[in-house]
Amino acid sequence: MPPLLEIQDLKLEFGTGSEALRALDGVSLVLEEGQTLCLVGESGCGKSVTALSIAQLLPTPPARYVGGRILVNGHNVLEMDKGSLRRIRGGTVGYIFQEPGASLNPVYRVGEQLIEPLRLHRPAAATEKEMVELLKLVGIPEPELRLRDYPHQLSGGMQQRVMIAMALAAQPKLLIADEPTTALDVTIQAQILELLRDLKHRLGMSILLITHNLGIVGDIADRVAVMYAGQVVEEAPADQLLRRPMHPYTRALMRSVPELGREMGRLEAIAGTVPAVGAFPSGCRFHPRCPVVQPDCSQKAPALIEAEPACHVRCPHWK
Amino acid sequence: MWTYLFQRLLHMIPILIGVSLLTFLLMSLTPGDYYSKLENNPQITKEKLTQLRAKAHLDRPWYVRYGYWMKDALRGDLGYSLEYKIPVSELIVMRLWNTFVLALAALLIAWLVALPLGIWAAVRKDSWVDRGCAMIAFLGLSIPEILLGLMALLFAYASGWFPVSGVESNRYIGVEDWDAARVLNRLHHLTLPALVLAASSLAGIMRQMRSNLLDTLRADYVTAARARGLSEGWVVGKHALRNAINPLLTIFGYSLAGLLSGAFIIENIFSWPGLGRLTLEALTSQDYRLVVATVVMATGLLMVGNFIADLLLAWSDPRIRLRE
Repeated sequence: MPPLLEIQDLKLEFGTGSEALRALDGVSLVLEEGQTLCLVGESGCGKSVTALSIAQLLPTPPARYVGGRILVNGHNVLEMDKGSLRRIRGGTVGYIFQEPGASLNPVYRVGEQLIEPLRLHRPAAATEKEMVELLKLVGIPEPELRLRDYPHQLSGGMQQRVMIAMALAAQPKLLIADEPTTALDVTIQAQILELLRDLKHRLGMSILLITHNLGIVGDIADRVAVMYAGQVVEEAPADQLLRRPMHPYTRALMRSVPELGREMGRLEAIAGTVPAVGAFPSGCRFHPRCPVVQPDCSQKAPALIEAEPACHVRCPHWK
Repeated sequence: MWTYLFQRLLHMIPILIGVSLLTFLLMSLTPGDYYSKLENNPQITKEKLTQLRAKAHLDRPWYVRYGYWMKDALRGDLGYSLEYKIPVSELIVMRLWNTFVLALAALLIAWLVALPLGIWAAVRKDSWVDRGCAMIAFLGLSIPEILLGLMALLFAYASGWFPVSGVESNRYIGVEDWDAARVLNRLHHLTLPALVLAASSLAGIMRQMRSNLLDTLRADYVTAARARGLSEGWVVGKHALRNAINPLLTIFGYSLAGLLSGAFIIENIFSWPGLGRLTLEALTSQDYRLVVATVVMATGLLMVGNFIADLLLAWSDPRIRLRE
């Protein structure tokens, strides 16, 4: 039985010819059924592009897939016709996005939008009763009334719950959450994450959670993949990665996470900035910012190696 | 809501007063008056001229003249036209129908062509369709209406396919009866002026439609709609287009004003007896009561059009409608 999601050596470019910018350079990920995978990295590292690629949501052009495969239940979405792709979108794979306010169409009532995935993927369940059930499932009070609200009448947290309800409507096997809490304030963030964790257990689905905040990873993830400059630099079980990060970039990320109840001075920031797509350094892409850089790091591009069982790292000096 | 509507209508009154006042002032600043052209006529005595001017209040300062005009206007009497010797209101009503037919035809052509082309160009961005539309828009925006009108006139004359002036053939002058042949004759006369008038607004509407739709096609809720598995037709038709029309509603409101105020240039080129031509004639002959009436009416229509646009916008966008 193939894994629910398997990305193999995915290479993606924006633009064509000499102006082509490689945003993803050999990304490989595996997500088993019922598991949660966290994709972590700074802005611009390619994590959102990876997430959007799974249901082919990037406009092509300008995006162009130049290599690799994306297998959902063993079928390559890069080679799918429109019909099969639309069954994947919303059917097998549900999405929630960063800005719930912008992801809901402002001119339609909540109910008018929530009914869409039901009509498409579960026509028999396209009823008001089912919509109410969905809103209840994501913890929205007075769901009957909320169905008649316009998105702007709801708070940010409620809007994100509506988005989650919409993503769950077709009972997807995989929920892709692209920074679902970034635009929300901290208490709401915690509620939404709690809701996701709870839904995962109740519905037995897999979650691909994209975040730039390592702090939330420990609460929810089974496995973690850390991305930097269009590549996966470390991939390991969550507890192991949090206990003993191997890649210098992961270590630096962890030092920049504030922790409650621990007395500390200034938070550490990673020196330098994320290299722009198309201007990646030679050799190891992290070497200009790496605190433990070695002379050969700028020469040879390191491969992703299995450092320990089920733990992969893209750094020969991980020990 | 109702108080707001009432307030909006109330706000129109001072604007109309201001516009009429300004028109009187500007008319008084132009050299001469309606009767100046009679000064060299040996059959008209000086006394007669003085008498005529006194009757039209042209011997008094402009603000006194305005006062006389306002007093009558408040009772609904816009006075007699100096040129046509009939009430201004009657004159306007006579011309209104011609202007309305021409403007409505042009409006329909412009919107019915521009909207689909704009949508098509946006959905097929950078294709030959898009390039072709950009070319049409470029021509439409850069060729002056007057030149296009004259070219159409030349075409009508050279080909002999279209009449060059008027709303109908001379044989219908004084005829009261209507039959199918007369309607066709009118449509035949209408074709060229309506097309030329439509061409000038078509380009702008088309480009606006295209850029609005391109904006909304990039919106997050469009990506989210695709992520739910909706077909591209649904995504564009239901989610993107509905949000892209809002700025066009404002343009539509403004264009409603043109329905009843006339098109100066086109009506003159095609000798179309509409309000635009009437206004221009009134201006050149300094028939001040007619000028003020047409200017005030055009202003009023522009404001009503704007008001309708706001109502449409509120109807279309719940964020505006439900604002406290």
